[in-house]
This record gives sequence, C-alpha cells and structure tokens, in this order.
Amino acid sequence: MNNKILINFAHPRFETSIANKMMVSAIQNLEGVTFNDLYEEYPDFLIDIEREQKLLLEHDIIVFQHPLYWYSTPALLKEWQDLVLEAGFAYGNNGYQLENKCWLTAITVGGAYESYTESGYNSYPLEELLKPFEQTANFCGMRYLKPFAVYDVLRISREKMRDAAESYRKHIISLQSHLDLTSGSYS
Amino acid sequence: MDTESVLFQAFIFLLAAVIGVPVAKRLGLGSVLGYLIAGIVIGPFALGLVGQDVGDIMHFAEFGVVMMLFLVGLELNPKKLWRMRTPILGLGGLQVVFTGIIISLVAFAFGLNWQGAVAIGMTLALSSTAIVLQTLSEKGLMKTDAGRSSFSVLLFQDIAIIPMLALMPLLATLPFAEPEVQYASSISQLHGWQQTLVVFATIFLIILAGRYLVQPIFNWIARTGLREIFIATSLLLVIAITLAMQWVGLSPALGAFLAGVVLAESEYRHELEVGLDTFKSLLLGLFFITVGASINLEILFNDPKLIVMLLGLLIVIKIAVLFALAKFFKMPILENLIFTFALAQGGEFAFVLFSFAGKNGVLPQDVISTLMVVVALSMALTPLLLIFCEKVLQPKFDHLAEKRDFDEIDDGETPVIVAGYGRFGQIVSRLLRSQGFQTTLLEYDAVQIDLVRKFGTKAFYGDVTNLDLLKAAGAEEAKIVVLSLDNIDKAILVTEMCRKHFPHLKVFARAKGRREAYEIKKAGAFFVMRETLGSALLLGREALVELGFRKFQAQRAAQTFLHYDTKHMDELTDLWGDEKQYILAATEKAELLEAVLRSDIKDRAEMETHAWDSKQRKENEQT
Repeated sequence: MNNKILINFAHPRFETSIANKMMVSAIQNLEGVTFNDLYEEYPDFLIDIEREQKLLLEHDIIVFQHPLYWYSTPALLKEWQDLVLEAGFAYGNNGYQLENKCWLTAITVGGAYESYTESGYNSYPLEELLKPFEQTANFCGMRYLKPFAVYDVLRISREKMRDAAESYRKHIISLQSHLDLTSGSYS
Repeated sequence: MDTESVLFQAFIFLLAAVIGVPVAKRLGLGSVLGYLIAGIVIGPFALGLVGQDVGDIMHFAEFGVVMMLFLVGLELNPKKLWRMRTPILGLGGLQVVFTGIIISLVAFAFGLNWQGAVAIGMTLALSSTAIVLQTLSEKGLMKTDAGRSSFSVLLFQDIAIIPMLALMPLLATLPFAEPEVQYASSISQLHGWQQTLVVFATIFLIILAGRYLVQPIFNWIARTGLREIFIATSLLLVIAITLAMQWVGLSPALGAFLAGVVLAESEYRHELEVGLDTFKSLLLGLFFITVGASINLEILFNDPKLIVMLLGLLIVIKIAVLFALAKFFKMPILENLIFTFALAQGGEFAFVLFSFAGKNGVLPQDVISTLMVVVALSMALTPLLLIFCEKVLQPKFDHLAEKRDFDEIDDGETPVIVAGYGRFGQIVSRLLRSQGFQTTLLEYDAVQIDLVRKFGTKAFYGDVTNLDLLKAAGAEEAKIVVLSLDNIDKAILVTEMCRKHFPHLKVFARAKGRREAYEIKKAGAFFVMRETLGSALLLGREALVELGFRKFQAQRAAQTFLHYDTKHMDELTDLWGDEKQYILAATEKAELLEAVLRSDIKDRAEMETHAWDSKQRKENEQT
C-alpha cells in the first residue's frame, strides 16, 4: 500500500515551540508526505480555498497537526475548517468528495496524561474532548483514526520528546504503508 | 600668489559661501542669489576682502560651467538630444537672432557705431547657462516644459558663441588683436578650410574616444578600486576635453556637453555624475561669488539712473522676445512665464566677449564696463525675477492656464468621489469598484486623464477646489470623498469645503507624512492615512521574513506596529503645534512601541514556557 498523506500543520508560534519543531522535522521530508504549513502559507488568514480543496482531493490520509488550544485548534485551522470544508465540497449537494479518506488528529498538549481523566483538572479524556473533530470527520464521510497525542510537551525532557517525535514518524509511515483504506484495518 | 594668500582667499570665499548660501536659502532666495550676494559683500566695492584678481578666479571658476554641461550631457543620450532639435534650433535660434537684432538697434539708437551695436546685440542675446540651470534645477523645474525649453535655448546659445567669436574680429575698428588666451585658438594661423577640418576632426575624435576608449579606461581604473583615482580620471577627462576645445577654438562647455552625451549610455555614467557633482557645485558657487564680486558698484552709484534704465531695457527686451517666441511655439502660459523669466538676463559669456571686443577696439572701454555691470546685475536679478514670477505672476495667470474646460460629469449617482486619480487614487478606486461601488473620478492633470482614458477608465478633468465641480460630481448625494492630492493646501481646502457645504460627506484623505496628516485631520477629515505607511510596513514584513521570521510572526509584528503607531499618532494629535512637547511625547511613544514589539517576542515566549510551571498550575494539578 502506498497511501498519500497530507499534513495540515497549524502553529501560530511555531518559532517558540520545541516540541512541534521536533515533530515537524521528523515527518516533513518523508516521501509521499505533503507538508502544508498553514500559518506560513496564510499569515494574513486569507486561505486559498481552491488550493486547499485540491490538496485534500490529491491525498488519502489527512493529518491535522497542531497544539491543542482550549480543547480545539489554533484559530487559523478553525478558519480552514470553516472555509475549506464547505457545502458542495465536503458535504451537501455535490459534496462528500472526501468520502473514505482518513482523518488523523495529531496534537501536542501541555497537560500530563493524568490530567485528561475524570479526576484530572481537564475532567475528560482526550478522546472525549476531541469529539467535535470526530463528528466533523463522520459528517463528511471520512474515517476518523485514533488521535495521536504527545502529552506534557512543555515539561518532558528532550530525550522523551525525541522519542515522541520518532514514534510520530513511525506512526505516519505505518499509516502510509499498512493502512487499508477500504476496511480501515492494518495489514 | 604665495600659499598663505591662496589659503586666505580660499578661506574668504568659503566663509562667504557658508554664511551667505544658507541664509539666502532660509529666506527662500535660492543658493545662486546667496553666492552672488556673498560675492558682492566680499568684493572690492564692499568689504574689499578679495582683490583685483577676481577676474582670474572667475575664469578658473568658469570651469564649473563646463562641468555642469558635461553632467547635463550625461543625462541626455543622443536619442533624447535628437528629439530636442526643434526647440534647440527653432526656439534657440530665433531667440538669439531676434534678441540680437533688437538690442543692436537699441544700441545703435544710443549712438554707437553699427559695429559696436552689433557686437552688443550678439553678446547680450546670450543668457547665463550657469544661473538658469542652477536655479531651475534647485526649484525642480528642469524636467518641466519650461526647463527643457530653457535648456534648449541655452544650448543653442553655446553653439552660437562659435560664430560670434569669429565675427568679432570683422567688427574691429582697430587692427585685430589676438583674442584672450582662454578662448584663443592655436590653429588660427591655418587657412579657413584647414581650421574647419581640424574642428570637425576634433569633435569626431571626442565622439570616437567617448564611444570606444573611455569605457575600457574606466574599466581598468575601476578595477584598481581606488575611488580618488576614479574621480581624478573623471576630472582628467573633462579637463582634456576643455583643452582640446580651446585648442581648436570651440566653446569648452559645448565640447564637454557633447562628451557627456556620448557617455550618457556608458555604464559609468552614475559614477561620473557622483564623482564630479561636488566639484561642479563648488566651482559654480565660486563662479557665482566672483560674478557678485565683479559687480562694479562704483559705476552703479555714479550713474544709477543709466544703469537701472539699461538693466530694465535688457530685461524687458529679453522678456518680450522670449514670451513671444514661447507663445509662437504654443507653450502653455504658466510654463511660458517660467521660461521667459528664467532666461531674461545676460550671460557669463558676455564678460569674455566684451573684454574681447574691448581689446579689438570694437567697443569703447566705458561702454564695456557699464554693460558688464548691467549683465552682472541682470544675473543677480534672475532668482528674484523667478520668485516674482512664481509668487505674483503665475497665480494671476492661473485661470488662463485652464484652457481645457472642466468636463461635464455624467456619471450619475455614485457613492464615492475620488479626487486625484494618480497611483494612489487608482488603487482605492479599483478596490471599491471591484466590490461593486461606483466611483466618480476627478483629476486636474490633463495628461494623466488622457493616459487613463487609453486604458478605458473615464476620469473627469477638473479642480476639486471648485465648489461647483464638487457639486457636479455629486457631492450632495455621495457618501465618501477620497482625497488623494499632492498639494496639502488643496487637500485642507477641500476638506474644509466639504465640511462646510456637504456635512454628510466623509473625507478620506491621503497625507504625505505626519505633519500633513495632522493638518488634514484638524481640517475635519474623517479618516487620514499616511501614504507610505502601508507599503513601508509590507516591505518591512517581507524583510523580516527574509531575516528568518515565520510569516505569521512578521505579519503580527507589522500589524502591532501599525496598531500602536496609529494609536500614538491619534494620542499626539492635541500636542501637534507645540513642537517641543510634541517631539518629547513622540520620542517617548516611539520608545514605548519598540518596547512593546520586543516584549511581544521575548516575554510572551517565556511566559508560555513557564506557564505550566507556575504555582497555580501545580495546585490545580493536585486537586
């Protein structure tokens, strides 16, 4: 299998984020992976909808890589969702053009794993908090993959972060070569 | 002259210039008048700080005129020069002929013999290249119609000097004496046809050398990387041309001009300009000072009535001829006035021709010294005449200039009037139109209107300071008027008019800088934008990206800058007018802005990094 992967990356302060720099450089130059740096592409928030839709159509697996901000995406990625996943493309008449493509949310979060529990200060597990993404994917007929998350990114050691970046890379590679798009299972 | 006295002379000249010129400029009189007055003050008839050798210094300083024409030539390639043939030959030729004839007749009427009268007519037909070009370029008028026409006339005069020098001996009543060394020809013992041959051969050589020799020489010199040697080479070039021209008896200025034209397409053109410009300016300054110093005040005070009358005659005749010719060549009235007043004086070459004429007995000595004073005074009067022309005459004829009637405006109702359809107005209007808002376009520059019409845009000709025009443009129905006028006074006037007559109409104005922005705002504009702010910030943003910033980071920096700069400007509005207070507050604000921008980079990054370490967070985690 050779799935084409698009990584829509959004980080408004990428220049200050060590974790995301490591993660980005782990996957940026992989063959068959298109890296789309949204804040670099649209610093003035003027999203080129046609270009973005074309990119989506050209790929099989869409990765949304971003830090989790207030249990959601950075503003530009929200803008991207609002404009690019429009009626007549992602849903509605003549829509559902993304059907059977896969959606992967790959996020970095500041809190530790334990905080994303009922007793933790984030009160809910991450999977719960990410439900809006899951439902968006469902609505568009896309297959929602289990999110990839790196916890505690502001405090973990460099070594641990490097390990996380490496497992991100491996995850992407395995999606690329082993994910069967029609069944959603790994071969 | 020993070293000490040379240094002392230099000291006096420089001191006079350093004091005189800035004062004259401050008073709005221009540098030329400053030099001339400085010259009069240090001259033998006032303080007497410079002596009788002023004449020698003047001859030396005339080299500045040669350099000036070389530099003018550099700006004109052969093609441009060829396009100017009609004004040079037509306007220039007729000017010299008519002015010469009329002045000759007047001189004859004053009782001179015909030979003397012709000599005076020829000599006084010339104008002063140095004064005219310097004054016009200082006023930024060289590129206008008037400037170009003036230059054409001056150029023809420089050519006309050659036959004049040749004619002078024929007018001699005494046995012909050798002309002065400066313009002496070393080939005068040759036959006429041989002379002609040598002259043409020299010109041909100059062109040839300019084409094929100068470039490799400059290449070679430039490779040494020594700037002073490069400048020395430039100077050497001009001096060599001067000597060659003197040798064959042509005007060095003309030769230098020719060499300049030949080199106009050379890649070293700009280096030559930069290298020679300072020398030219200093020498010209020196030249003007010597002209001032050579004005014989004694003659003036002995018979002021005569001098004033002759001066008046000279200027009036010149003005009459120039004005009529410009009219004949259909120059617009405002341009015509500048052209006419710029050229209404005697030229520096008159000093040479007169003394030449004196030596040959064409003219008696007392006539010559009187006329020399008149010429010098007429030169000194030129900057004043131009000021008079600009401040008094032009406004009077302003209404005549509007030969083109204001257009009938038939745009129907549009919500926006764009006044001033230059580069700025065009962008605004195109944006609004692209979003479906019709705009009525007004422009006061007929050339611009014709230009945009070629591109299919209909702009109307008219002056927005005219209330009727504003009404006709639909000011009563429109919502917004966009003012994009270069002239700040007009912008203020229109803003005030709108507030008074169309209070519902919001003025969106472009301003050059802060000062203009404040003044237009004060006049009642709804929104004022400094014209360079947006583009400068966009450019700065791209520079930041090139320096390694993320695009969004650069975007935020530019936006933050824009936000605070605009805010501070608003806050400072009330202080505007009180210079001290304003500068103090503005400096403070500028520092504040920089601090804000810096902290946005550093502090916030740190804050974020440590946010998860804070005590508060830890407590949270424990609960």
